[in-house]
Amino acid sequence: MKKVLLIIQREYVTRVRKKAFIIMLLAVPLLLAGMTALIAYVAKDSQVMSKPQVVKVIDESHLFEGKLKNAKNIQFVPANEPLDKAKAGLKENEDLSVLLIPKDYATRQVQFLSKKKPSYTLTNEVENQMNEIALTNTMLANHIDTALLNQAKKSRVNVNAMEVTEAGTKDADVGTSMGVGIACAILIYMSLFIYGAQVMRGVIEEKTSRIIEVIISSVKPFQLMLGKIIGVGLVGLTQFTAWIVLSVIATKIIGNNNAGGIMGALQTLQNIPFGYVLGCFLFYFITGYLLYSALFAAVGSAVDSETETQQFMFPITMPLLFTYLLSVTVLYRAPDSPLAVWLSMIPLTAPVAMMVRIPFGGVPGWQLGLSMFSMVIGFLFTTYVAARIYRVGVLMYGKKASFKELSKWFFYKE
Amino acid sequence: MLSIRNIVKQYAGHRALDDVSLEVESGKIFGLLGPNGAGKTSLIRIINQITAPDSGEVYFKGEKLNQSHIERIGYLPEERGLYKKMEIGEQMIYLARLKGLTRADATAKLKFWFDKLGMESWWHKKIEELSKGMQQKAQFVATVLHQPDLIILDEPFSGFDPVNAELIKEEILELNRNGATILFSTHRMESVEELCDAIALIHKSHKILDGRVKHIRNSYKNETYLVEYTGNKLVFDGTQPFTIVTEMEGEDESHIIKLKLNSSNSANDVLQYLLPKTRINMLQEVIPSMNEIFIEKVNLIA
Repeated sequence: MKKVLLIIQREYVTRVRKKAFIIMLLAVPLLLAGMTALIAYVAKDSQVMSKPQVVKVIDESHLFEGKLKNAKNIQFVPANEPLDKAKAGLKENEDLSVLLIPKDYATRQVQFLSKKKPSYTLTNEVENQMNEIALTNTMLANHIDTALLNQAKKSRVNVNAMEVTEAGTKDADVGTSMGVGIACAILIYMSLFIYGAQVMRGVIEEKTSRIIEVIISSVKPFQLMLGKIIGVGLVGLTQFTAWIVLSVIATKIIGNNNAGGIMGALQTLQNIPFGYVLGCFLFYFITGYLLYSALFAAVGSAVDSETETQQFMFPITMPLLFTYLLSVTVLYRAPDSPLAVWLSMIPLTAPVAMMVRIPFGGVPGWQLGLSMFSMVIGFLFTTYVAARIYRVGVLMYGKKASFKELSKWFFYKE
Repeated sequence: MLSIRNIVKQYAGHRALDDVSLEVESGKIFGLLGPNGAGKTSLIRIINQITAPDSGEVYFKGEKLNQSHIERIGYLPEERGLYKKMEIGEQMIYLARLKGLTRADATAKLKFWFDKLGMESWWHKKIEELSKGMQQKAQFVATVLHQPDLIILDEPFSGFDPVNAELIKEEILELNRNGATILFSTHRMESVEELCDAIALIHKSHKILDGRVKHIRNSYKNETYLVEYTGNKLVFDGTQPFTIVTEMEGEDESHIIKLKLNSSNSANDVLQYLLPKTRINMLQEVIPSMNEIFIEKVNLIA
């Protein structure tokens, strides 16, 4: 046991100390924070004009006079000058523009003149106001009561999805659940792959550098395998924890400066039972990782170099890839369908499939229990099988391993 | 120290070891000889508990071999290797701790060895920054760092230049003088005669010869002598007490004959016969080298 701890320590420390690990650790939250800041900045910039804009209005129809209202940083002034003179003035001032409304504005185009291409916000504002005014004008011309109309406009229908549970009805935020479900599926799929492959690479490294024989003259092959798997797994957990903590801090800092969309997004996340999802995520990450990394370790032990891993990788990663693709296309739309339920019971596919279902919150206790139980049985089984292949594989060199060969190794006595 | 009894190891296609028994005496240097593929490495792996025999037993200091003995054994595999990206000092300490040493103890011992072999400046170097010879030296230190009672070396001299091979040989002899039992496999016969107290020869999964080196060589004496004399070339008429094996011309009118005694005669009879006839420079009994015995035994079976 002491020796397994030593191995775990080595595997963990050598990885955590690597520059790449530290860079990844900081880069991801920074990237996230950067993106948040960028989105906030862009959103802010497009809503409000940075400089006050003056729009000179030449209204030949006389229908809009005095009805265009000043908005933030937009000021409408009637042009008391002919078009040519107004046009000449544009060349000297970037923040000045001319709105030319022809007499029959319904058939001829309204023109918006400025030195540079006007911003979308500006033209949008002008367009909205003009449409409104034009509509009102048409109504008035046809003797329709505008007060009544305004009232009618306010009765917009909002569909609010409610879920009936024993605790009473609550908001079922389907969109957020879907988003979190897919995010969980992607995250667990990628992390199983990344850390499983790290275990495999570690095994291959020990084999090709030939240190393996020195090590297993000191410890049992199983201890080495276990130490490596746990060590790399802890690296993964460290990374996740750091990412979550740093990301929360980073978005908090940026979010405080320009609250709005981001805080709103975070707000909706709070409708999801965060602790429950995180707990399940950790459970499925750990058991799924143990299950797959044992298989990856067995593959690593069977080959002499990484290029030879292809033939074994395919059948191992198939169920994972299959579930992942199903998850992001079908399962998130039908989290309680028989397919989703079955996939979340099979140990090889459960981590991804179950994580899609969890954020919806509707997984019955017995299904979750059975799935978790099958995960534990599953990883114990693959670890046992992998260990038997591993102990023979690590000492085999220059032998092209096939599945037949691997099954023979399984039945070798010590 | 080590008693190997009736070991059988069967692999899928072939039998690597067939009923092999050996005794390695405490405090001696034991050579495990045999051509490539004879089963030496299989036997060494069994002693290191890397694999287990199908049948037969190994006793270490009178106890049946078990996990607790791992820390008393140091093993240098034929295929050398260390973690390429790890610093040497850290790596050596890690390996020693896997053998049960504490960190402080391992550090102190490592300082001693680095000092002794002039490797002080290597502590923070990575293995991949060292030359092949330097890596070998580092690995040798890793093998003996935890002061094992039994040191198992698989082809210890392969990969060393002559200077470092000599250095390592001296270290092995010193470790032996300090009480460690050494078991090493090799097919370099000159090192066997120089170092080994006893040997075992393994060929095609069987042990075909074992014992003390002196005894083995003496037992392969076959009454053959070399005689060098100066003067006219002698002609033998068949009445001499020996038969001629070969005759050669030496330098300065000397002649060398290799002869085999006839039964019941001795070296004295040879001298008595030759003395009146010529001037004798030298008479020497021919003791076969381990190399000759090795080749003879192996060819006999092949």
